[in-house]
Order: sequence, then structure tokens, then C-alpha cells
Amino acid sequence: MRVAGKGLIDRAAPLSFRFDGHSYDGLAGDTLASALLANGIKLMGRSFKYHRPRGVYSAGSEEPNALVTVGRGAAAEPNIRATVQELYGGLEAVSQNRWPSLGFDVLSLNDLGAPFLGAGFYYKTFMWPQSFWEKVYEPFIRRAAGLGGLSGAPNPDHYDKGYLFCDLLVIGAGPTGLMAALAAGRAGADVLLVDEDSRMGGRLLAETQEVGGQPGHLWVDNVLAELDSLPNVRRMVRTTVTGVHDGGTFGALERVSHHRGTRGDGVPLETFWRIVAKSSVLAAGALERGIAFRNNDRPGIMQAGAVRAYLNRWGVTPGKTVTVFGNNDGAHQTVRDLQDAGVHVAALIDSREDAPLLPGVQVFKGSVVSNAAGRHGLEAITLRTPLGEERIATDCLAVSGGWNATVHLTCHLGARPEWSEQIASFVPMAGAVPGMVAAGACNGQMSTAACLAAGVAAAGQALGREISVDLPQAEDDPYRLSPIWAVPGKGRAWLDFQNDVSVKDVKQAAHENFRSVEHMKRYTTQGMATDQGKNSNMQALALLADATGRGIPETGTTTFRPPYTPVAIAALGAGARGKGFAPERFTTSHAVSVEMGAPMVATGLWYRPSYFPRERENTWRDSCDREVGYVRNSVGVCDVSTLGKIDIQGPDAAALLDFAYTNMFSTLKVGRVRYGLMLREDGHVMDDGTTARLGETHYVMTTTTAAAGPVMRHLEFITQALRPDWDVRITSATEQWAQFAVAGPKARDLLNGLLDTPIDNDSFPFMACGDVSVAGVAGRLFRISFSGEHAYEVAVPARYGESLFKLLVERAEALEGGAYGMEALNVLRIEKGFITHAEITGRVTAFDCHMERMISAKKDCIGKTMAQREGLLDPDRERLVGLKAVGPVKQITAGAHLFNEGDAAHRVHDQGYVTSVGWSPSLERYVALGFVRGGMARVGERVRMVDHLRDVETVLEIVDPVQFDPEGERVRG
Amino acid sequence: MRIECPICGSRDRREFYYQGAAVAVARPAPDAGAEAWDDYVHLRDNPAGWHDELWHHEAGCGAWVVVTRNLTTHEIRDVQLAQSVKEASA
Repeated sequence: MRVAGKGLIDRAAPLSFRFDGHSYDGLAGDTLASALLANGIKLMGRSFKYHRPRGVYSAGSEEPNALVTVGRGAAAEPNIRATVQELYGGLEAVSQNRWPSLGFDVLSLNDLGAPFLGAGFYYKTFMWPQSFWEKVYEPFIRRAAGLGGLSGAPNPDHYDKGYLFCDLLVIGAGPTGLMAALAAGRAGADVLLVDEDSRMGGRLLAETQEVGGQPGHLWVDNVLAELDSLPNVRRMVRTTVTGVHDGGTFGALERVSHHRGTRGDGVPLETFWRIVAKSSVLAAGALERGIAFRNNDRPGIMQAGAVRAYLNRWGVTPGKTVTVFGNNDGAHQTVRDLQDAGVHVAALIDSREDAPLLPGVQVFKGSVVSNAAGRHGLEAITLRTPLGEERIATDCLAVSGGWNATVHLTCHLGARPEWSEQIASFVPMAGAVPGMVAAGACNGQMSTAACLAAGVAAAGQALGREISVDLPQAEDDPYRLSPIWAVPGKGRAWLDFQNDVSVKDVKQAAHENFRSVEHMKRYTTQGMATDQGKNSNMQALALLADATGRGIPETGTTTFRPPYTPVAIAALGAGARGKGFAPERFTTSHAVSVEMGAPMVATGLWYRPSYFPRERENTWRDSCDREVGYVRNSVGVCDVSTLGKIDIQGPDAAALLDFAYTNMFSTLKVGRVRYGLMLREDGHVMDDGTTARLGETHYVMTTTTAAAGPVMRHLEFITQALRPDWDVRITSATEQWAQFAVAGPKARDLLNGLLDTPIDNDSFPFMACGDVSVAGVAGRLFRISFSGEHAYEVAVPARYGESLFKLLVERAEALEGGAYGMEALNVLRIEKGFITHAEITGRVTAFDCHMERMISAKKDCIGKTMAQREGLLDPDRERLVGLKAVGPVKQITAGAHLFNEGDAAHRVHDQGYVTSVGWSPSLERYVALGFVRGGMARVGERVRMVDHLRDVETVLEIVDPVQFDPEGERVRG
Repeated sequence: MRIECPICGSRDRREFYYQGAAVAVARPAPDAGAEAWDDYVHLRDNPAGWHDELWHHEAGCGAWVVVTRNLTTHEIRDVQLAQSVKEASA
């Protein structure tokens, strides 16, 4: 019910919303929880395991019970805490984990079976028979599990990510955080102040106390006004710092649009921020804990601090007749606030024998609440007093078992909190996070005055300088409490409301020897729900300590890990969906290739044409065969710009290449190209490619498309970390040059139509290179071949790439040739036995490729020593061969394994495997490469190819890898 | 995690490629023997404490750096250009 004259809501701005299909009214400034309470709605959800009726328990992000689904259709968002969801006009929310309705729920039958569903129930029950798992247990568990459901439709919401940098990050904008931000802001530091609430002020918005002689919230407004006037201070509300990471890096989730009725206008729903702060002040406050007693989960039982928050901030009383149960002086304030607002308080129950008296209310000292009645909403409580049992009619019970310092973020880098006997709470270990100073309630300073002072001190400490700020007058009462974790007695007393863990479960875990707090947690599922035990872990571990006869510090806490509150995967992965998943690299011929109808295939981040289909071609094979024919019979054109190009210059360029490659490049003549093989230091092949010597001290290296990055990194390692004495510079020029293969018997005819100075075989023999002028553009020409044909690669600055590609294709077509794609390129190289990364997979040596003689004896090179290892030179190793089908089955499949004829196709008999396969239109059969034990020594032998995945079996003959033009005459044209 | 690149300044570790222990800088002579080479290529310490390791500022200036990092706390004590480390050891 709304209380007249209370609250920071706007009574002139009514908002209409729906909950479970019914229409209600709230006010601007409400949360969904406060608006529902204002409408007298207590039942807001069902618990996870026993489907017990539950009402709102807190007024913040720690809420365990009031989880609802907000929105409709694909945009519906499950498990939204009603305590965090701000009200907007037209908001639609539905309750969860109930069927058919919140009031009548079938699975609440679980609650009757509770004696059988205790701790470890799943571990003990779903054990046997094994055959029951898939058909009985798993479907049952899946149906019963989970709170809110996903829509099943793609998420239409937009998420964003962002990066922020500051001198000082202040986490939390209560009295401590505000003072820290003010002190640091005035001192000129670059300050970022973040708070997860929609409004800054923390507990000052929820309490009636004054600061500096004015109501707390007005003091907050003044501080905020000053902060906003400082250009070096940035404030962010609705932003939860969810994780602390190394080096002053923080993760933070900003809920940008959850409070807005309109969506889809380009504003993200959430933004995930990565914040880099030179230092930080943690002012996260404290969370009030409950006291476990029988049926302490009835709707209407909530934190005493939440009752004050609903009253003072939202002008709502959760009940008509409120009772307060606590073990500390702070709980007494609840009585005073309620009475001042005209709400009837039935009684104050204080577990302490020496509790102070309070005028105007019956105080039961040394008493506890032992039971609660009212399944769908609290109706009465039973007290155990020194004089006996007593029953009080009440529809709201405000409970305070004391406060837990919010130490979570101080533990994210592995530190453990320390136990403070004085306030019966864990507090942060000093220096737990480098650069972070914990201050205020999260550091165990419980009065407002102490918090204000701590904020200033913390800012100074974090920034490493003296800062003095006049402190306003504020409440400075001592924090007195006497710990009580659970009220002994029969029945179930609840700890973790979300996972329905009871006091008995924790005791049972201890009894069954799950004595470690981490084991107890996993055995009972205590603290494993979305609130991560914020409301209950403390009580559970205190009870475990008691049950195992140890102290609380000895028992310790479970590990606090990020995120502090749940973060949607969509927010963490913001921007990484669809096109944002990975960068796309396009060649200069991309648009033309797409226009020509070529399906583009991803090769790393690049996109390359598979083939160029023509009319009346039914399959890719038709196109591929035709394109292979271009190269073998006339001329084909292919964009090879994706290959890595590394420009190497300097007096020691030749030395670098001699060291990086197995073979010699210092002896290469200017104007010539050489094939090079590159090893890793462990003697296995890293990459291969051609390198051209353009000048005495100038080379251009070509890498494979896949290894362009790793090879660049490798060369940088050599030049910086191994041989910094060499005078050589390297730079990637992959994207600066567009390069096209022009291959086939008519390649030179085509080029001579474009080159300003024509070439012939004498001026440009096989493996020649040099500067040329291509239709007036300064370019480079390399006579190299990846197809075994008379071929060239012509390179021009990338800005001329598209026009050159068009020109080359047009000229090729005039010569009865044309463009060819990756499929044809692959067939052409397999026919010739040229290797790619399908062969050099990382566990293949030069010896395995029959290239051991390419390792020069005259010099050292990377990988040379290790390549000489006995095991890597074993003639029985799997070595490169060609393969062809000789039986009735002609199909060969890449990835299939090879076995000797007569052997069973089992792993122990494995003789090798097929790496590459293509249909050769020239040879009219499949051509394949593979690795076979013994390699070329076995040419002429037959092996059995078995593809267990595709169910293909073929008899193959081992042949030379070069299956087409073995004499290699065509390449010299 | 942040790494202070000697050339670029403090940068997010995602700009860097991680290689491994900085022993890779001390490449043995070709005839140093099997043991030395085995040690160089394959054997690595895994200390619960300070560790010199190679990172490559791949998405930055391209510098290889030797980072002295505590493997239990991720604290970074020192960052040097691999080039300087190599030159100092030569």
C-alpha cells in the first residue's frame, strides 16, 4: 500500500503496467517490485526446486525471489529481478516457474515430497539404472529445471560494448562513494563514478537520516550537482561493475534501455564496458542478511532494510501490520520509520537479552521467531520468548540478522576476505586488489559518518595524495549486534531461497562429511543460483562451522568469482554476431568475382572465389573441369593477392632469408625467384613459398595465405630477438599489392598484349622476376607457377587491382581461357604434387615431403638442428606420395586412412592417410596426395583406403606425387 | 591484463600474442648438443612466481617484448624489448 507523504516517487506521473495479465498502476520512480507492493501484490514467484510461493525479499540486485519475465515475444527477457526493473508505462511482466498459474502450481507437489528431495538427492537418486538417464531422468530434470524460459526466437535486441579509461574508478555511489568521487573530483582527478542503481545515493535514499543538516537525499542531490559541474567527473547509473581483472581492468554492465518502454531505435539494451582505471575505490556497501527459522520464506517476510527502502524511497508499506525481528540496533530504526509514517507495528522481536526498549511498541527481548504461517502471504508468526510461545497476527515481517560487507570484488583476483568478529562479517583483505581501496560499509565501517570520512580518505589513498574535504554532520551510532544464524526447531528453515537449501541440508552435508565449505556448497547447491548466495552464504557457512565444530574463519568462504550479478552472453559478445563475428578481408577482384556469380569461400579472414559458374553447368565440378582446362590448354587468370607478401630490405636481407629458410637465398641472382621451405625450430615445416630478389638488398617473400601472420611474427622474432645485430627491415605488403596468376600455354601471349615492353623466353625465363609496366602502370612480374604450366604472377598497386583483373579476364576469354577459382587451383596443384597446408599440417617434416635435401649443409637455419633427429629421419615415417585408384571403386576421399591389403582397417594397422583429392579432367581420374609409411620406396604398391566416416573403401596404388607432366616440360614453355 | 609496451605504452593484453618462456631468445649454437637443444625447444619451467615470457605486440607496433610476470598474481614487474634483452646478453 502507498503511504501518504513518503517516498521519492513522482505522484503526479502515474504509469500503467501489467503483471500476469492484470493491469495495475504505479508511479514514475517505482521499481516493478515497489509498484506491485503498492498494489498489495505479495506473491511474485515460485522457488526453483519445491515451487514454494515466494514474495519480494530485498530492494536491490541481490533479490532471490521476485524474478519475472519482462516483455513479449522474441524480446521477452527472463529472470529479471523485479527489484531492479524500473517501471515504465506499458511494462508487461509475467511470473515464472509455475504452471498453470502463480496461485495454483502443479509442481508445488514437490514440496510435499521434500523429505525425499534433500541435499544430495540428485546424486543419490539419479544413479541407476544407467538406461534411465536418457529416457527418464534427464527429460524430467530438464522439464523441472530453470526459472524463466527463453523465447526460442533470435534475440532482436541490440547490445553494445565500450571502453573507458580513468584515474579513479569509484564503485558505488552511497555516502562513501559520493565523498570519494567528490574529493577526487575536486582534486582534479579523472573520476568515473558508477552505481548499479538507477539513482545515486545508496542507503541515503532508503533511510530517514540527515546529512549535513538536510534530508539525506537532498544532500545527495547537492553532491551530484557539484560532481556534474566538474568536467573531470563522469557518472554512470544502472551500471554494475561485474568483475575485477588484472592490471586495473574492470568489466561493467550498463543496463541502458531496460527502463525504457521503446526499443529498436538504435539504442542498445545493454552495454558491456571494459574500464581501465589507474586506481579504484570500492564503496559497494553491505547486504543485509536474514535469520533462518521455520517457513522463513513466506511472502511478506523480507529484509528490514528493504522494508525501510520501500517505505522511505518508494512510499510503500509491504504490510498493514508489520513485525520486526532482529539481532541489532539497526533493525529498531525500521520500527521508528514505520511508526512515523503511521504504519502499525505489532511487535519488535530482538534475540538479544539486553536489547534496548523502544517507546510505542511491544519489545520481546531474548526472543526469536520460530514459525510463520500463510502460504500465499504471511498471516501470523510464532514467537519463542523466555516466557513461552506466542502467536502474533502480522502480514509483514522485517528481518535483520546484521549486514555482510559486500567484499565480492576484492576477491576476484584470488584474495580471501578476513573475518571481523566485531561486526560478525567478512571484510576485505587489505591490498586484495592492487590499486583498489575498499571503504565504507564494504570495509566494515557501518555508520554514515564513518562512511563519509572513509570515502575522502580512500580517494586520497587511491590517488596517493593528501585530500581534505569538510565532512558534513551525519549519523554515527555504534553498530551493535549479537550474531544469530538460525532459530533451532522442527521443520524447514530456509537459507538459499533460490535453490531451496535448508538448515537441515547444510547439517546433513556436514554429517555426510562434506565438511569443506566448497563441498557443502556443491552437495547442497547452496549459493549456486543467480544470486550466488548473496542472501544466504554467510548463514550457511556459519551453520557448517557450527556443525563441524570449527570457527567461522577456519571454515572460510566459498570463492567469489565474476560476475557480481548475472550478465547476458549477448552483452559479453556484443558486436560479435553476424558480420561482427570476424573481420572480412576482400581482394580487389571481390566485387567482380561476385558479379560473375562466383560462390566466395572463406580462407582465413579472406574470401576467395570457389569457381565461376557458367550457364548450363549443373555442378561445381563442371565449372572446375572447364577452368582446369583453361590453364592446361589456353590461359587462366586467378587472384592470388591473399598470399602473404613480406618486403625485406637491408644489407642483411640475404642473411635473414638464409636463416629463415632451409635453402640459400644469398646466392639468388637479382631478378630471380626461388622456392623456399621454412621450418619451425623443432624441425617441422612451418610454411613454404617463393621469394624474389628485386635488388641486391631487396627481397619480396611470399607466404601461404594461412601463414602470412605467423610468418611475419616469426621473421620479427628473428630480427628482434635472435639477430638484432642484423641491419634489415621487414614489412608486410600483402594489402598494398594486387597479384594475379596468369597461367597456361597462352599466358605470355596474353601478357604481351598488356605489357608496355613485351617479354620472351630469353628476357623472362622460368623463375625470372622484375619491374614491368602494365598498361602504363608500374608493376612487378614473376614467372612462377603453381600449376606446372607456363605461368606468371603479375602484381600492381592494389588500387589498380580491379581494373587489371577485369582486363586480364577479358583478354583470357578472348584467348578461349578465363578466370579460375580455388577448386581448379587445387586440382592443378594436386596434379603436380605441390603441397599446401593440407599436407604441411605442423607435424610434417622436410624429410616427410622428400625435401630434406633442401636443408642446406652450408649454413645454419631455424629448425636445422632439430630436423636431424633420428626419429624425424626414420625411412619408415609417413611420407608424401601420390595416390590413384586402381580397383572397381574410383572414389578417393581426403581424410581417409590407408591400410595394407589384407589388414583389418583398425588403427593399429594404420599405414597413412589421404590429404588432398581432386578430379583431374586431364587424366580423367581422381588424383590424390597422402602420407604413407615408407613413402616413395613403396611406389607401385597397393593399399586399401578406408573412409570410416563416409563409408568408402577404395584400392589405391602408390604413385609419384607428380602425376601430371612428370618431366616438368610445360612450365618452361 | 595490461602490458606496458616500451614503444606504445600501456595496452590491453589482447593486443599481444603470447609466445612462451623468454628462453627462446637464448638460441643454442647448432653444435651445442642434443641436451641443449632439447632444453631450448621443449623443456620449460612452470614457476609459481616470477616468469620471463615473450609477448608480441601483434596488433600494435610489432615489437617482441620480454614481460616479467608473476604467474600466481599476474603482476607485471618489468617489460623490456626483446631486442634490448638479447643485446644485453650478447
